[in-house]
Amino acid sequence: MSNEIETIKDPGLPAHVHRRTDTDPKAAQRAERQVAILFLLSALGTVLLIGSYIFIPQDIFIFFPVLGNTNAHQLFLGLGMAFSLFFIGMGAIHWAKTLMPDEEVVIQRHEFRSPDEDRADFVKAAKDGAAAAGLGRRSLIKRTLGLALGLAGLSPIILLRDLGPLPGDELSKTSWKAGTRLVTDPGDRPIRAEDLEVGAVAQTLPELAAGGHRTLADIGKDAVLLIRLRPEEFNLDAERLSWTHEGIIAFSKICSHMGCAVALYEQQTKHLLCPCHQSTFDVTRAAKVIFGPAARPLPQLAITVDSEGYLVAQNPFNEPVGPSFWERSS
Amino acid sequence: MTARERIAGNVANYVDERTGAAKWMKKNLTKVFPDHWSFLLGEIALYSFIILLLSGTFLTFWFDPSQREVIYEGNYEPLEGLKMSAAYASTLHISFEVRGGLLMRQIHHWAALIFMAAIVVHLMRVYFTGAFRKPREFNWIIGVGLLTLGIVEGFLGYSLPDDLLSGTGIRIAEAIIQALPVVGSYLAFFAFGGAFPGEAFIPRIYTVHVLLLPGAFLALITVHLMLVWYQKHTQYPGPGRTEKNVVGYPLLPVYMAKAGGFFFIVFGVTAFLGAVASINPIWLYGPYTPGQISAGSQPDWYMGWLDGLVRMSPPLETHAFGHTISWNILIPGLIVPGILFTGMALYPFIESWITGDKREHHLLDRPRNAPNRTALGVMSLTFMLVALINGGNDIIATTFHLTINQIMWFSRIAIFVLPPIAFVITKRLCLSLQRADRELVLHGRETGRLVMMPHGEFVEVHEPISAEKAWLLTQHEQNPALALEEHDSSGVRRPKALKNKLRARMSKAHAVAVPKATAEDLKQIEHH
Repeated sequence: MSNEIETIKDPGLPAHVHRRTDTDPKAAQRAERQVAILFLLSALGTVLLIGSYIFIPQDIFIFFPVLGNTNAHQLFLGLGMAFSLFFIGMGAIHWAKTLMPDEEVVIQRHEFRSPDEDRADFVKAAKDGAAAAGLGRRSLIKRTLGLALGLAGLSPIILLRDLGPLPGDELSKTSWKAGTRLVTDPGDRPIRAEDLEVGAVAQTLPELAAGGHRTLADIGKDAVLLIRLRPEEFNLDAERLSWTHEGIIAFSKICSHMGCAVALYEQQTKHLLCPCHQSTFDVTRAAKVIFGPAARPLPQLAITVDSEGYLVAQNPFNEPVGPSFWERSS
Repeated sequence: MTARERIAGNVANYVDERTGAAKWMKKNLTKVFPDHWSFLLGEIALYSFIILLLSGTFLTFWFDPSQREVIYEGNYEPLEGLKMSAAYASTLHISFEVRGGLLMRQIHHWAALIFMAAIVVHLMRVYFTGAFRKPREFNWIIGVGLLTLGIVEGFLGYSLPDDLLSGTGIRIAEAIIQALPVVGSYLAFFAFGGAFPGEAFIPRIYTVHVLLLPGAFLALITVHLMLVWYQKHTQYPGPGRTEKNVVGYPLLPVYMAKAGGFFFIVFGVTAFLGAVASINPIWLYGPYTPGQISAGSQPDWYMGWLDGLVRMSPPLETHAFGHTISWNILIPGLIVPGILFTGMALYPFIESWITGDKREHHLLDRPRNAPNRTALGVMSLTFMLVALINGGNDIIATTFHLTINQIMWFSRIAIFVLPPIAFVITKRLCLSLQRADRELVLHGRETGRLVMMPHGEFVEVHEPISAEKAWLLTQHEQNPALALEEHDSSGVRRPKALKNKLRARMSKAHAVAVPKATAEDLKQIEHH
């Protein structure tokens, strides 16, 4: 719509309407009392806060509908604080709305653009400054300054180098070696095949050498899940089948997607599910991904039993465990 | 002159003789602020930030940001004797032994959720009313920066207690870093001081959480507010309100009392939530160990959409030349969010390029009068909502007895289909509302009174609306689409013609409107 068409006119700011508190002194007095009551409620809240802090022991629980069993100390302390703050705010706003002037005020805006003269002066000042420094003429200074600043900017990167070691092949290694016993987590007890019933799951870790120490980083790579099925339930090629022992199959518990613990095992469907992003792995088919964002099966650990009948690793994992990374080759 | 006045005068004189503050104060104490409930949203964000600083400082007095292994010997019996990090143990100590500690933890966490929610709703208000237009583009970009920093700051904050749930979140963050091509493993090892989880990460993010990011917040918020102050607040259209004036209440006393009072109300409500509503009960999750997890692991809501995108991603990975690229992590975790946030930051410039409008705007748009912008906003929100829903797919599945697969497939399809549908519906709705406005101005308000005419016909009596209302419904500008010539005056095809074509098409879509009622329309109706 072009401007020639006659538009509807702006009637201008509506006339001010007085509030009752502006015209009726009694209403104003009432409002004043209301504000005072609100401030007094706040003061009572602070009293409740101090009283709760000093007098209510920390181990008393009271039942409240909706809230359930609630710690009385924490509840009344919090309510005291809430009242003490809330009613200061209510009082201030009630005061502003009933007793302070409510007439709207009009002020004018100023234009942000500087006057042309000022702009020209600014450009001139900047140019003069640059010329005085000789930035345009002395290109040697300009270039060496650029070099110096650029190099100085690198120093934080150099100085932060010791934040951590280089990854090396750390991401590809675990503590599992040929013959390492699988032990329960928690408990650190070695496991015999007969300890696991069909359908059972066990979380295991590699056995520690005497006096050894296990860090969380170790657990983050070594955690292995044992699952026992009936051998005929497997749908594996000969090699992968030879990595199982009497229906017991072992997978890395660290999700191949983003490294969460793949902890949910559905006994009926024989699916492993990661609670983080719901990647689902089929145990009978070597943890093939059947749903979700994970792109690779969970690495399978080849297991067998040692001379004493305890479950051990046949070999280390034949691929890195956990989420993908650039240097990973498959 | 009373004694009190004399003292006040002396103090004022002392300060003014050293700073010349009186001139500045005189001008600014009478500064006018427009009043509208939606202007409180930004205030809520600001006040939550102050609450976060106060409650966070309290927590630092007892929190021990260390991953050193300790044996728990505190009051909470179920965890007695367990190995855990000092960070987790000290969080338990704050929760169970420090009086008011749990209250402050809960206030801090609630304030963080309110902070983020207020930022998002404030951003929606600014977007849908066009408050980001010239001259306020800088403040829009600062706002997008604050939102991004807020997401990071919140994530780091709930990671600090080193419980099983938050440790799982850190594990996922580590996997995203590790997935970066070429530098991923190196960055991950530098960030964590070695293999995940190591013992360096919590102390490091503590510094970032309590020093670096709050410092950045303070700096950005200061500039944000100074710009609001200097540029003066936008105002909603209405009688007597123009692009050249500000109608509202003076800073002293009304605005100060209201804004100050509102701070206490926000703090009071947050304290009330902290008192009655349990949040992040870390003692139920147990200490973090990479070998364990709890079902239903959920991030805080402002991270939920990101998690939802990761969850719905198809299992794509490229293995070539001895290297791996995890598209299933990079696309949902970095590329899509990167595009979304860059697009959001650049939106003021994109819109002004489309409309060719380089003028200052201080009067806000009613969302219906900018149908394209409103539709684009609803489209983006729909995208985020589908992602957020999928982020809670496990909880939804168990609550509504659906399978994860159903929800995941719904999300995978809906994320592409629903946003365009939302765009079309919103645009239609806006145009319908414009049409309704036009009707209202021209034919008046339906009174609900039916009158039987002498010849038996029933008609409803319409009453003309007030002059103020009519002005509100017609004050907006309706600008025609940009007329971009594909060829110049001598018939030569202009370079970048394709860019021009695109611009012309978008400009045309942007200018679609129901013609607003004019005084001439009204006159014509009166003649009939």
